[in-house]
Amino acid sequence: MTIFIIRRILQAAVVTLITLSVVFVVGRVVGDPVRIVIGIEAEETRVQEVRDQLGLNDPLTVQYWRFMTGALRGEMGTSFWTRTPTMPMVLERLPATIYLGVVTALLAFPLAILLGATAALKPHSWADRLINVTALGGVSIVEFWLALMLILVVAVQLGWFKTSGYGGVEYVVLPALTLAYKPIGRISQMARSAIIDELRKPYIKAARAKGLSEKQVVFTHALKNAAIPIITTTGDEVATILNGAMVVETVFGWPGVGLLTINALSRRDLPLVEATVFVVTGMIIMTNMLLDVAYTYLNPRIRFQ
Amino acid sequence: MQREEIVAMDESNNTPSDQQITGNGGHLLEVSDLHVEFRTSGGVVKAVNGVNYILDEGETLAILGESGSGKSVGVEAVMGIVESPPGFVTAGSVKFRGTELRGMEEDQLCKIRGHNIAMIFQEAQATLDPGFTVGHQISEMLRLHRGLSKEEATKKSVELMDRVQIPFAVERANDYPHQFSGGMCQRVMIAMALALDPDVLIADEPTTALDVTIQAQVMQLLSELQTETGMGIILITHDMSVIADVADRVVVMYAGRVVETGSIHQIFDQPAHPYTVGLMNCVPRLDRKEDNLNIIPGSPPNPINLPAGCAFHPRCSLARERCLSETPVSAEVGPYHQSACHFFEEVLVGH
Repeated sequence: MTIFIIRRILQAAVVTLITLSVVFVVGRVVGDPVRIVIGIEAEETRVQEVRDQLGLNDPLTVQYWRFMTGALRGEMGTSFWTRTPTMPMVLERLPATIYLGVVTALLAFPLAILLGATAALKPHSWADRLINVTALGGVSIVEFWLALMLILVVAVQLGWFKTSGYGGVEYVVLPALTLAYKPIGRISQMARSAIIDELRKPYIKAARAKGLSEKQVVFTHALKNAAIPIITTTGDEVATILNGAMVVETVFGWPGVGLLTINALSRRDLPLVEATVFVVTGMIIMTNMLLDVAYTYLNPRIRFQ
Repeated sequence: MQREEIVAMDESNNTPSDQQITGNGGHLLEVSDLHVEFRTSGGVVKAVNGVNYILDEGETLAILGESGSGKSVGVEAVMGIVESPPGFVTAGSVKFRGTELRGMEEDQLCKIRGHNIAMIFQEAQATLDPGFTVGHQISEMLRLHRGLSKEEATKKSVELMDRVQIPFAVERANDYPHQFSGGMCQRVMIAMALALDPDVLIADEPTTALDVTIQAQVMQLLSELQTETGMGIILITHDMSVIADVADRVVVMYAGRVVETGSIHQIFDQPAHPYTVGLMNCVPRLDRKEDNLNIIPGSPPNPINLPAGCAFHPRCSLARERCLSETPVSAEVGPYHQSACHFFEEVLVGH
């Protein structure tokens, strides 16, 4: 078990290094950051000046070493825009995004599993069809449109929540709802099919023969085994939520990493973009690692391999 | 001391259903005119078409038939665990100690399932939940039906595992099903089924997936436990040698119908249905020199579209005009010996 966890941590470290390398290659080797900062028409002498300043005339290996060691110390360069280190800027915004992400997850995951289980219990019933249509909506809807509609109807017309800004329940509900809809759609569909698959297995028949009620059969036996594919999807949906946060934070003026990324992109602030990419990928890698450990609890066959 | 407490609890904790059911007389289990069908997109599969049998205490009733003859679906209907939809029990009666189980409230049935009537299955490893330890799965029965605490149930589970001769029961209770062999999984299933001393044990091909030496051990174990507890066993199998060893009476099924019932001696010595005769002849014998195995020609009928008249007529050497149109009813061949063949007298003479 400990060996398994250590192995997963090492794997996560490797994935992080690869991500950093990709970020480096895309930023330094493929594109030219100087042209991005000072514009494509700038004079050659000025370009060389800035290249020297940023250390871009050093050999690639030296640059790579500097980039990687800096990243491992938590330094991702200086923002072109504010001339301050980028990592503190990102980390300062991180709590807002985590707050939004956690509220979204708390809203989405239990609801999705409940919907999926309800649909699985009576396939092809009206409840199943309703849930299926709802889920399909979630999978295919465009987030910024949904965000605008929610603002228009729930915030402006009904006045239940604030249209934008950062704060408690009245601020967080609408962006969290917007972000939650897609994961609800995907996870409930996954949960439905996973539970239906489990309910067909022989051990379910045996559990019924033991005299367990249908509720006990579904919620203790089927759901525990169905949780394995559900958790895989949930891991993917964590990435969906963090990516969706960019659009949703922008629409709702939510001061998180997503909004910062959009600002950095619009100002062509490459080091800041790289820092946000690093932090967001790091979070996705970490949640997936935690979910992998959760697998071993749910599936003893992994635990003992 | 603690053990005495558990025993005392066992006795005091009879469920209401138990009290209702005992003392009503009649047979331990009486199944009559049971019909089960599966409504599929391809048509209505008539899996069980009017099955009758009785089971008394301490008795082993074997249900014999080919795959698809409706023998498993029939007992699932007795347990009330036919997957529905697509499966529907459309008619018939299942009486346990005189109490009708069909139409009984689901929560009442849950008290009988596992408690009064327990069941073990063919693929023991697949019928254990892969996500829980075997100890947990056995204790679940005791906690559910007896309301034992976790500690008491665990203790009793280990005792049960000992009773079905699983070595190192204390340690093995914390193992998961995938860490057991098929034979050991079947022992776990048996321990679970016997946890509450059921009156009826339904064993659906319990040894089919096991190799021969393990088969013999498992059957031996079941017989011993039956002697101890006096439970009635319904044994579903297509294995003649298993039947010859343990059965008291035999029900032969074909295409969802009972074609012949009788004592083990009646079935083996004076089979009164051409299908039973065919099954007997399929068993290779060392005392006769034969070049070919005797097989029953043809294959079982499509249950969506059963032949008119006697369902066996397309494969029957005695079939004639009457068999094509008129469905035979069970006729008395001898005491407790019935055959659903129009011409059973000829079969008796021919054998």
